[in-house]
This record gives sequence, structure tokens and C-alpha cells, in this order.
Amino acid sequence: MSALVEIRDLWIEGRSDETWSPIINGASLTLNKGEVLGLIGESGAGKSTLGLAAMGFTRDGVRISKGSVMFDGIDLITASAAKKRDLLGKRIAYVAQSAAASFNPAHKLIDQHTEGPVQHGVMSRSESVQDGIELYRRLRLPNPEEIGFRYPHQVSGGQLQRAMTAMAMSCRPDLIIFDEPTTALDVTTQIEVLASIRDIVEQFDTAAIYITHDLAVVAQMADRIKVLLKGDEVEEADTRTMLAQPKEEYTKSLWAVRAFERPQKPAVHTGATPVVSVQNVSAAYGKIQVLHDVSFDIHEGRTVAVVGESGSGKSTTARCITGLLPPTSGLIEFDGQPLPANYKSRNKDQLRQAQMIYQMADTALNPRTTIGNIIGRPVQFYMGLTGKQRRRRVEELLEEIELPAAQYYDRLPSELSGGQKQRIGIARALAAEPKFIICDEVTSALDQLVAEGILKLLARLQDDLKLSYMFITHDLATVKAIADEVVVMKEGKVVEQGPKHDMFVPPHHPYTDLLLSSVPEMDPDWLTNLLNERGVDNIGDAAVDKMS
Amino acid sequence: MSTLLTLALILVAVAAGGWVLRFAGQKASGNAPTFRDMPFAVAFGYVFGASLLIFSIWYFFQPTQTDAGVPNAGVVFFRWAVQFFIVSAIAAFLFRALGRTVGTKGSRKLFRQMPLTASFGVLVVILYAFTAVFAAWLAPHGQEEIFTKVNVLPGGNAATGGDPLHPLGTDQIGRDLLSRLIYGAQNTVGIAFVTTCLAFFLGGSLGFLAATLQGWLDQILSRAVDVLMAIPSLIFALLLMTIASAWAGSERWLLTVYMIIIIAVIDSTRVFRLARAVGLNIVVMDYIEAAKLRGEGLGYLIFKEILPNATAPLLAEFGLRFCFVFLTIASLSFLGVGIQPPLADWGTMVRDSAQFINFAAFSPLTAALPLLAAGAIALLTVGVNFVVDWMLHRSSGLKE
Repeated sequence: MSALVEIRDLWIEGRSDETWSPIINGASLTLNKGEVLGLIGESGAGKSTLGLAAMGFTRDGVRISKGSVMFDGIDLITASAAKKRDLLGKRIAYVAQSAAASFNPAHKLIDQHTEGPVQHGVMSRSESVQDGIELYRRLRLPNPEEIGFRYPHQVSGGQLQRAMTAMAMSCRPDLIIFDEPTTALDVTTQIEVLASIRDIVEQFDTAAIYITHDLAVVAQMADRIKVLLKGDEVEEADTRTMLAQPKEEYTKSLWAVRAFERPQKPAVHTGATPVVSVQNVSAAYGKIQVLHDVSFDIHEGRTVAVVGESGSGKSTTARCITGLLPPTSGLIEFDGQPLPANYKSRNKDQLRQAQMIYQMADTALNPRTTIGNIIGRPVQFYMGLTGKQRRRRVEELLEEIELPAAQYYDRLPSELSGGQKQRIGIARALAAEPKFIICDEVTSALDQLVAEGILKLLARLQDDLKLSYMFITHDLATVKAIADEVVVMKEGKVVEQGPKHDMFVPPHHPYTDLLLSSVPEMDPDWLTNLLNERGVDNIGDAAVDKMS
Repeated sequence: MSTLLTLALILVAVAAGGWVLRFAGQKASGNAPTFRDMPFAVAFGYVFGASLLIFSIWYFFQPTQTDAGVPNAGVVFFRWAVQFFIVSAIAAFLFRALGRTVGTKGSRKLFRQMPLTASFGVLVVILYAFTAVFAAWLAPHGQEEIFTKVNVLPGGNAATGGDPLHPLGTDQIGRDLLSRLIYGAQNTVGIAFVTTCLAFFLGGSLGFLAATLQGWLDQILSRAVDVLMAIPSLIFALLLMTIASAWAGSERWLLTVYMIIIIAVIDSTRVFRLARAVGLNIVVMDYIEAAKLRGEGLGYLIFKEILPNATAPLLAEFGLRFCFVFLTIASLSFLGVGIQPPLADWGTMVRDSAQFINFAAFSPLTAALPLLAAGAIALLTVGVNFVVDWMLHRSSGLKE
């Protein structure tokens, strides 16, 4: 069997600050016809760069310095621009991470779909429209005859991702590069997209390179897995072999991340006053009701995880607690005392007691303020410390979050890595010496190893400082790791709540069940088994729609 | 008709040349990627550029006088332009080289990354600022001093009608042009700077306030600005200046103060729009939410959280706005309601000597009289814009 793609000793460099620095150091890769190769690694591992290089393409400011990329006997590095134009779209296609950003919002889906086949002379426009509808049907999009005639903003994220896969398939390419196609989607949506991508790749016997950072996802999709670390190849093996017996230390550590779990804490004795008590809260944005009668308690030293899909009202609940969105009815109590609904009417001490850590550390830290001032401001504002005292306190806090104070005090946020920025966000919250912290998706933008570090830090701080957390997340692995109690939300309502160990054992509310069963597991047969068990119509959005 | 035909012929020749270039390149280089993947438009561009360059060099070396003794004005002006361009480029290059060797570590790094255009802009701005500040020491004569000789030509060469006492000549009532140009820097640039600062103070603070508070205050301010912006700015300024001149009466200096206020208010509407737009993008950031939830006051939010993140686009706008204000003042002076005589001002100087441009075909030196003041305006505008372009590129937040 001859290889479809053959990359030999490929070196790629990127330009930064007037010099070329390496991104890929001598990677090799072979892909046979009809085979799916999974590329995994943390951000900055060079997996996207390598994926694009398999198309003979490099982003601006990136160059291939050495090596060869052969596609079906054609050398893509030396091929002429005209030759590449002929191949791309027709025989090699690309599916990007963000379908919403990749579709042109001004044109209908089907018009964008037919562009490729008509341009390459594969089909006439009317044939291509018919073919598009057939592909939409195979990808199990609802209303395949009509959905193509909508604009990108009129369909959901998961549907858009499948429409993009259909577009990539439009010329029946030999190779498709999938660049994190499900990363931006909810778990229940992701499973649907995964199932349809896998089916269609099998049906047309297309070879694919599947780029992701999620091991469980790649286990379902790939025949072989290749692990990358900072541009170096760590190891490559058959999916089953790789999952069962990883050879390298780094791979083992990636596998082990999901094992972190805190011991269950004893139940809170009845009658204790909760730190935060949300009582029958309803809220609305203008006339649109987004929260319906939400109630739950958070006790001292405990973590309550609020779980749900995007749009389920998790973050809105947090906005009600902080007072940014005064509820239309209901009450929020802190230590048994009712809190004013609007943050503007709360006093300094009430504001101090409830702090917040944000999802995107990039936007949560002022890019023009040094770390010392970011943490120092709440110290000065709430504690009234100035000068040397303030500096000493900031240094203490930096030690607390495991960053050397001397080195980081005068830096700007842009000089820090993602995980370090998130730690600064934690230190800023701690500086107020609060009893209660809202963590809004704090680990979802981070690589798994880094996220694990953050979770461990939060767990330690909770034990040391008797903190209470409200932990908003859509990732059930995170819930397993850190939560004491779980609140499941859907469409602004609480569907189910209770201690963690109860939540992970049946019986469940059907929605909780769907949510739990949609989380990919490391078992490569998981998706197949699930589809056999539930049937294609009972997963993802289709199942959610049935429920309501 | 024949001109059109010639142009068409030249175009066809250049197009053919482009094709030949690409074909020859492909043959000679053994089909290297540079020539192989070259679109025809690029090849056309290369040949067109090369032809233009060759024509310029040929034109530059044409005689400055025809056989009949009449000056060949086109060639004269073209030579002046090219010489000025070369001198500027060399000056900018030397200035950048100087900046790369002396100064602090930070400033040296700044100069290393600077393109030649930006270093030229910085040089121009520094020279103008220096001239404006030290005008009284630099100028050989006073700005109001009238000499007996009038209409002395620039160059200081007695054979062509010049006088070494007045290197740039005199205007039609006998005032030294060099001195007036130098004082003009002080008056025009100084007043423009003050006006721009005032416009930024007004527009910037109101814009940030509107972005932070939003609601009805934002509505009122924004609609008021819309109304002011709906009136053509120069006409509006002229109208207000007419009213102001009635108020000022015989107090001429008061008119200048009114002018500063009027232009500042009119220009602050543009600043308001920018500050509000930039501010709105910043107030949705999580760090602003964090500061609000901390209980910070309005002053802290605006000056410590928003302003530091808005400086890059605002600074770039400052440069552009300065040019516009400067040109508005020059236009008002040209129309006679701006800076009042006998104060030297470039706009007034252009107006007073505008008729000399008619002599361009017979005596290029005479035509240089209005061109000197106009050139001073143009040079500063170009220089400031170079600096602004560079700053926009660096901040990358607001390109184009």
C-alpha cells in the first residue's frame, strides 16, 4: 500500500522579533489512503503547523526550512502555485476550529459549498447543490433540503461545523485536515459532530489528519496517534497500543491528568448557615427571562460545581450573585444576611467577601498594569496597606500561588503564560481575603496539565483558607476532580442537585444522564458502544430537543 | 487625441515588456519559483516602475533653459523636488543612524525598529518644535520689520535679483521671508498644538465618560455631537468666527482666543467619537468588571483602567487631528479670519503671495514665494502623518 502523504524530516521556523525560531524540529509522518491519524499535544506543540504543512501551506511569518512533503507522489514544497491551487480544495481539504469565523457571514451555506466544486470543474452548480443536500443528509443535519439556504448565523455551532465538513467533502478529497473541529462545542453537541465526521470519513474512505488536544476525542477518531511536544515528536503508535501502553513519560503524564480527584468531604451538618444562599432567584435580560427560580446553598469550605451547556444560565447566576445583574425576584443571602441586589448598593465589606476568577485571564488582567499593581490594588483598596507593607503582602500572595515574587512583581501580563496569568487572577481574588470565590470556567482555556495545576492550587487554598467556591464549568472531568456538590442547569432552571457521589451514580434526571454519557472516555470503543446503545437519534442536540 | 493614443501605445509597450520579462526570467532562471508563480500584474508593475524610473532620470538631466533663453520651468521644479527628496532621505537616514548609537537602551531599540519614513517624520517634528520654541533667537529679523527693498527673490544671489541680507527674499511689502517663516512656526504650530490639546481634553474626557456611564448621558452627548458633526466644519467655523469677530471688536488678540475655542470644540466631536468607541471596547473587558465589583470609583476606572489601554489609538489620532487643526487654522487665516496680521502665519503668507504662482512658467524663483509657506505646511503635515502611521502600525490596534 503506497502512502498518500509522506512527510520526511520536516523543519519549520517562525519569525518573531527579527529572528527565526524553530516550531517543528524534524518531524516525519506517513499517512495511508483511508487512514485517520490523530495529532495531539498542548498549545504551542506545533500540531496545527504540522497539519497545515501536510497541505504544503504555511501561515504568514512561517517557513519550511528543510525536509519534504509528498502528497501522492507530488512534492508540495516545490510545486508551483498553480499546481497547488489545483490540489487544494479538490484533493486536500481543511476543516477549521471555528466554523463561525470561517464561513463568510454574507453568503448562504450552499453558495459557499458549491464554490469549490464549480471552481475546480468537478460538478456544475446544480449538481453540486444536489450533492450538498445529500452530504447534509449523511451528516444528519436537520432539514437537509433547506438548511443550505440559510445564512451562517441562522444555524447552531454544531450544525455549522458539520456544514463545513460537508463543504470539505464537496470535491471528495483524498485528504482532510481537521483542526480541533469540536473544541469550541458543548459536550452534547460535540458527540453528534464526532459521530457524523467519523461516519462520513469511513463512507468515502477519506484519509484524515485529526488535530486536537483532547485525548478522549482522538481515541474515538484516529487509527493511529502521534504525540507532539514543543515541535518534537514524542511517540507514535496504533491508537489501542498507545492508550494501553504509552512508552514515554510525557505521554503517561498526559494520560494521568484525568486521574486527579479530591476525596469526598463529610456531609455538612444540618442547620449550619450557608456562606452563600441563592433563594428562588429569577432574572431577565430585558424582556427575555433567563433564570427561573434558581435555588442552592454553598457552605463554608465547600465547592459547588454548576454544570450545564452554554446558554444554560450558569454565568447569569454568577452575575446575579455578584450584583451585576439584579434579579427580578428572589434573594441572595451571605452568611445569613440578605445582600443588596445591585453591586452599587453593597458596602465595601460585602464586595470584598465575594470575589471572582474569570475564564479568560487575557481579558481579566489589565494589559497595561504590572503584576505588582494588579494584586496590590485590592490590598490597598480593602486593607489600606501602602508602601512597603503593601509590597510585602503582594509578595506573600505571589508565594501563595507558587510564583517567585522577585521575578514576577514588575512584569506585565503579556509576559506571562496562560497558566501563570490565571494564577495572578487567583492572587487578585485572594488579596481581598474573601470567604467566597466564583470560578467561572477557570480551566477551560488552559492545557490539561496546566489546568490540573490550577485545580490542585485551588483545592489547597480551600483547605488552607476555608474558602467556599462556586465552580462554573461545562467539563465533567473538572467536576469530578474538585466538586463537593453539583448543580445541573438547563435553560435557566436547576434540573438536579446534590452531593457529587450521588450525581455520578444512576438514577439521574434524563438531562444529567445525557450530559454524563456525552463526555468522551478514553476507551476507543466508547463512541461505537454509545451509538449502539442509544441510537443516532438519541444523542446530542436531537436528544436535548426531545426533552423540552 | 494624439496624447491619448501615445498613452495607449506606452501602456501596450509596458504590457508587452512585462510578458517578455516574465518569459525571459522563467527561461533564464530555469523556472525558479519567483518567476514561475509571478502573476502578470506583478510583471507589468516591475516594467512600469522601471520605465518610470528611467524617464525620471532622463527628465532630471534635461537642460534648465531652452535655447531661446526661457527657463524650462517643469525641469526646474522637478529638480528641486528630487534634490529635496534626496536630501530628506539622507537626513532621515543620518538621524536614524544617530539615534541608534546615542541615547538610552530603550530609545536605541526604538530607532532600530524605525522605518526611514518614521525617522524622517520624527526629525521634521523635532525641527519644527525647535524652530517654534527658539524663533526669537533663530530669526535674523523681526516678523513685523519692514525693509525698503520689496519683492527680493530667494537665493541671495544679486545676479538673479536676490540680496544676501534676505536669503529667502522678502514679500511684497518688504518683510524678510525667512524670519516670517520662522515666526510662523511659532504662531501657527503653537496655536494648533494648544487647540488640539484642548480638543482632546474636551472630547477625550466626555467620550470616556459616555462609554463608562452609558445610558442617558451617553445618548445626550452622542446626539449633541451628531448635530455638531452634521454641519460642514469649515463653514461652521467661518460662521462662528464671523460672530466672534463682532464680539471681539477692536481687541484683536481676543479673536485668536475665540478661534482656539471654536476649532477645539468642533474638532473635539471627532475625538469624542473615537474615545467613546475605544472606551466601549475596553469597558466590556473582565478587568473593568473586576474593578467595578471591587467598588472602584469613576475616576479610577477612567484614568487607571481605561486610559492606559486607549493611549495608542488616541496618540495616533492626536497626530492626525493636529494636522487637521493646523490646516483649518491655515485655511481660516487664508480666508482672512484666522491669525490676525501683522503676526506671521503661513496661511496668511500663502494668501498674500498667491498671485506670484502665475509667474511659474517665466521665473521659477518668483513662484517660490508662495510655495515656501505652502511647503512649510505640507512638510509638517507629511512628517506628522509618517509618525502617526508608524505609531498605528506599532499599536496594531487601529490599522488604516
